[in-house]
Parts: sequence; C-alpha cells; structure tokens
Amino acid sequence: MNREKVSTPPSHFDMHAAFARDFLYAPGLLLAGLVILALAAFMLSLAVGSVRIPLRDIVAVLLGGDAAKPAWATIVLQFRLPKALTAMLAGAALSVSGLQMQTLFRNPLAGPFVLGISSGASLGVALTVLLAGVAVGLGGSTTLLAGISLAGDASLALSAILGSGLVLLLVMSVARRVQSGMTLLILGLMFGYTTSALVSVLIYFSVVERIQAYISWTFGSFGGVTWRQLQVMAPAILLGLAGGHLLMKPLNALLLGETYAQSLGLNVRRVRLGIIGSSAVLAGVVTAFCGPIGFLGIAVPHLCRSLLNTSDHRLLLPAVSLMGATLALGADIVAGLPGSQLTLPLNAVTALLGAPVVIWVILRQRNLRQAFAG
Amino acid sequence: MTNGTVLKTSALSIGYRRPRKPPVVIAKDLNFSLHPGELVCLLGPNGAGKSTLMRTLARLQPSLSGQIWLDGRPLADLRPGQLARRLSIVLTERVDVGAMTGYGLVSLGRHPYTGWTGSLNEQDQRIVQWALRAVSAQDLANRLTVEMSDGERQKVFIARALAQQPSVMLLDEPTAFLDLPRRVEVMELLRQLAIENNQAILLSTHDLDLALRNADRLWLISSDGELFDGAPEDLILNGAFERVFSAEGVSFDRARGSFHTRQDNCGRLLLHGDGVAAFWTRRALERIGYAVGNDDENGHASFYPARAASRASALGSVTVKLRENGAIYILDMAGRKDSFSSLNALTTYLRRAGAGGNADAKADQNLHTRR
Repeated sequence: MNREKVSTPPSHFDMHAAFARDFLYAPGLLLAGLVILALAAFMLSLAVGSVRIPLRDIVAVLLGGDAAKPAWATIVLQFRLPKALTAMLAGAALSVSGLQMQTLFRNPLAGPFVLGISSGASLGVALTVLLAGVAVGLGGSTTLLAGISLAGDASLALSAILGSGLVLLLVMSVARRVQSGMTLLILGLMFGYTTSALVSVLIYFSVVERIQAYISWTFGSFGGVTWRQLQVMAPAILLGLAGGHLLMKPLNALLLGETYAQSLGLNVRRVRLGIIGSSAVLAGVVTAFCGPIGFLGIAVPHLCRSLLNTSDHRLLLPAVSLMGATLALGADIVAGLPGSQLTLPLNAVTALLGAPVVIWVILRQRNLRQAFAG
Repeated sequence: MTNGTVLKTSALSIGYRRPRKPPVVIAKDLNFSLHPGELVCLLGPNGAGKSTLMRTLARLQPSLSGQIWLDGRPLADLRPGQLARRLSIVLTERVDVGAMTGYGLVSLGRHPYTGWTGSLNEQDQRIVQWALRAVSAQDLANRLTVEMSDGERQKVFIARALAQQPSVMLLDEPTAFLDLPRRVEVMELLRQLAIENNQAILLSTHDLDLALRNADRLWLISSDGELFDGAPEDLILNGAFERVFSAEGVSFDRARGSFHTRQDNCGRLLLHGDGVAAFWTRRALERIGYAVGNDDENGHASFYPARAASRASALGSVTVKLRENGAIYILDMAGRKDSFSSLNALTTYLRRAGAGGNADAKADQNLHTRR
C-alpha cells in the first residue's frame, strides 16, 4: 500500500521528535511522574467517598495509628483500602493485557474485551455461579448456597481463567489461518453473542438469587473484593504482570511482525503462548473478581503510546501499568459519586469515560496507522 | 566459511506440505552455493518460487527434502539465536512499526545478542551506529520511521538486517516500492556492502536491468522449478533467459538484454546512422512494431532467431542525421522521402500509415511539415 510521503513542516516534527527523545532519555523521570500520579489517585480514593476523611488521618491509619474518629479507621482499612488496591491491580492488569493483545494481533482495536476473553470469563463465571444455583435448585441442598468461601473464590477465578484461556486459544488458532484482524474482531463479537445466548439459557433455568448475583457481577465493581479474596487475586495478577513484563523484548520484536520476529531468533510459537497465557490470567482474574470491565484495556495503551510517542514496550509496559492503575482508581472515585450515598455501576463509568477515547481512536485512524503497528 | 562457502544446498527440494495429500513441489534437486562478498540476484517469473526459496533458506518454512548448510553447519541444527546471528532478512511487505526512531528500529537487529530486556550495551550501540553509517542513514537515527520516505525506510531496514552481523543477508524484492533513482541507489549499496563486509547477499527482484548490471551471479528460476546459476552474461549467452521466460508470452532480446512482448508485424525498416540518436530511433521503431535492420545486417542476423519470419525485404529505410539544433529523421518509403524533426512525428506518421493506409497519412502530413 502506497502512502504519500509525510511532508509536514519539519520544525513541528523535529520539535515533537526531540521532545519524545528527551523523554526517552529520561524514562526514569517519566515513570516516576506516573508513580506519583498513581499514588495521588490512591490517596484520593482513600480520602473521598460517602464520608470525606482528611489525609492526615488516612496516613495515620495506614501507619497503624488512630484516626480522629474510630469509624474512619474501619472505613479505610475494611472498605476503601482493599477497594483501592483492587482497582490498581485490575487497572494495571487490563491495560497490560490490552497492550499485549494489540501488539500480538497488530490491531489497534484489540483488547481483552473485544477479542472475547472477558466473554469467555463471563461464561465460565456464569457456569460456576448459575449451574451451582441449578444444582441447588434440583438437589434442594442449602449447603452449596453458603457464602462464597476462599475455595469458592479460587474456583471462580479458575473458571474465569479457563473460560478466557479457551477463548484466546480459539482466537489464536483462527488467527494463524486468517491473519486478518477484522476477521478476528468479528470472531470475538460472534463469541460475545454466543456467550450471552448460553448465559440466557443458564439464567432461564437458574434460581433468582443466583441470577441476581450474576447480574450484579456483570456491572463490575472493585468494592466487592474482600481482603480474603485479595489474597487470591493479588498474587495471580502480580504473577501475570511479571510475566507480561518479562515479555518486553519479544513484544518489541513482534512490532516488526511475526516473520521478522522469527528471523531475529524468536520462538514465535512459544512467545505467543506466553503472551496469551499472561494475558488470559490478567483478564480472566480481573473479570472473575471485579466483573467484565470494559474499555480500560483498549484505551490505556493508546493513551500511553500517544503520550510517550513510543512503541517501545520497555517503557510502555510499566507506563501502561501505572496509567491503568491511576485511571481505574479515577473511574472508581467517579463511580462512588463522592459526597453522596449513591454509587454508579463501574462499567457505566468506564464506558462513559472510555467510549469517547475509542471513538477518538477510530477518528484518528490515519494517524493511528502511523503511530501503531497496524 | 568452509571452502569459501557460507551457504550451500544439496538436492534441495522446496514447496509446501499439505495435510493428507502429497506435497506441492515448487522446485527440486537444487544445488547451489553462496560465497562471501558476492551479490546474487534471484530472478524468475511470478509464482516460480523465489519467495519460497528465500523463506526456505531463512528457515521460515521447512524444506521438503535435501540439505542446507550455513557456515558449514546443517541449517536445521542451528538454534534460533544462532541462526539469527548468521542470517538476516529484509522482506518485501512494508511493516509499520509504530512510533519508533530509525535508531530504535536498527537496534532491534541486536536482539540475537542482547539480554532479556533487549537493552544495548556499548558494543551493541557501536554496531547500530556502524550499521546506520554503512547505509548512509545517520541522519535517520532520530527520525520516526513513520515520517520516512519509502527509500529511507528501506535503508533503515537494511541497516537493521546488517546489525545482526550476519554472514548471509536475504532480501525479498528490496526495490519493489522504490522509484528508479532509489532502486539504483539501493542496488549499489547492497553491492558495496557485500564487498566491504565480505557478506553474501541474495536478493530477489523483477528489476532485470539492475540485476544484470550489479549482480555477481544470477539465479534464474523457471516456472517448472529449474534453477540456472551463472554470471548474468553467461545466462544471456547460453539462452537460459529464453528458457525461463519463454512460456511467459515475452521474448528475450539477447543483443539488448531486455524483454519484448510485441510481435514485429509492421514489416522491416533499415536504419542508417549511429550513435545515441540511432539507438533511440531503433527503440522507437521497435516500439511501434517494426523490425529494424542495420546496414550490415548479416552479422546481426544470427542474433534474432525469433524474428526470422519477419526477415522479408525491407519496406524502406530511416536515416538519422544530426544537425546543430537536433536530429532529423528521414523516412524513405514507397518511393518518397519525408523528413521529421522528432521521433514523435515519425512514429505518429508511421502508425497512421500502417493503420489507415496512405490516404490518412497524407491528410496528416501537416503534422511534420508544420514543424
């Protein structure tokens, strides 16, 4: 495909490039900035909500001291802190997963949600939650209805990981044959339809309590995750994030396409499995504990790429993690409607904030093709 | 570099395997070798298997049978990293790498040498700089690849392949998207690199003229999978070009080293005159379908076996005369002489005379008398 030569006035481009270079020469500085931003969002999310807590008291509570009011300590430690940690982990996980998918598929619109990984996780969770309900309904036993235990969390996460992993393997096996990103996106879309059809069938035969539990799960929330659940979620996500960061060199090689990557000595099949594996763990675990949270995974990599003006994963991966954590905290703060007793469904907020970004991405398609391996 | 050979094949058979069906054999029994410091061009019709051969040599697809040796070791035995340090490729298709500088792109070529983060050490950085210098692309180091022209991008991709410090470089149609000056530049660059780095460079191309002028050797691969190996001139003289391209509806002109598709059906004209003007007059006449004979055509006759049929007596002659203000072309045909100030006027006249008879030609005579 021929593209006309870019003949924009050199001064602008040179300045832009020089700006980006100076940035690249000081990646530490840049990442430090993002860390500060994430910490600020973290503190803010602890401070605001239905009750506003002064920063001094938060620091005191976090350091093991007492707050001015005893109730504040409970609010911070039992509600806001696990929620904030969950938001950070989930935001980082979804963003890294999205970045990996976009690079692997060489498609700017790829992401965990679009390719149906979240749909797969949804189906896995629906099977676990709703079939359990069916079993209860048939067997009449109440023991299975008992609150979700640690073992229950693990099985929920496991079913989500299995669901998302299976979808990704399916997508990959098709991807190897068709090589057209559009086909893959359609495949993901079709899988979404199939999933919701299957879930409908499950809902039809399920009991009301279970349906309620599943539906509120689909709204997405960082608040439902307890300290106990975090003990499962945090290690899984940290492992996935570490795996994702270990793949920075292969991901950079994949920017050149699979053929060049192979000629550079990359074992493409193994790397592909590694990327799929870590991506499925990240997206699957988040979806299991927080519900299918859309848009962060697509939008954050684009934001970071245009902010840093680089496609180097050595810089992008940490940047995307920090940015994802920050934006997830931001979305959670907005969803909490500070100062009120109401909360919005998290997915409504991420979509309201994220959809304009995706639209902007599509409208900038031409620039996108240049700024991204399309 | 055993016996001065970096790459060698024996009884190599290339093609595609299919599930539960016999494999598609594209070429078989290939025996050839590449030597350090030489530039070899791979030519052949579309679909003859140039890309398949390239891909097989780069181990991007398996061979059907036979052996390939790289630096004296069987290609199949090399680990991916070892292979990447010995052989690098440049592909036809343009790859958008996103927001990456020329330097960043070339440093990807150091992947087989770097650690798990892909960070460059001092030596890696020196080699990246060297690779950029080798293709005279130092000024592209800090430019984003998306801002580069096709020619600049191709140079940076060649530098990337150089940064792998391979003993063999394979390039699949490296001149495909370039304009003529860039093509010449890239071809000369590759020739130079082969000599300076003592590397073997194999490139596939459709650019016959450039290949004939620059390649140390040609590999001609035919549609039925035969491979002819030799100096360009050898392959012209021994008729390999005719054999390879005969089925393609074109004929190869040995005397000129180029292809013709047009059949000479307008008759034959003799050409008087010499020098550059006569050369281009011949080209113009041949273009519109005339066979052109020289004054002393006996010596030439043997070079045109394909045109023996049209060797009837000449319809007339064209004489080229040089004047101070340019050439004059005098057509002596059917008992009358006309003079033309440009080849456009001459060919226009001949085309109309040939197509519509003399009446039309006379009506259009003002075309040349006016000038």
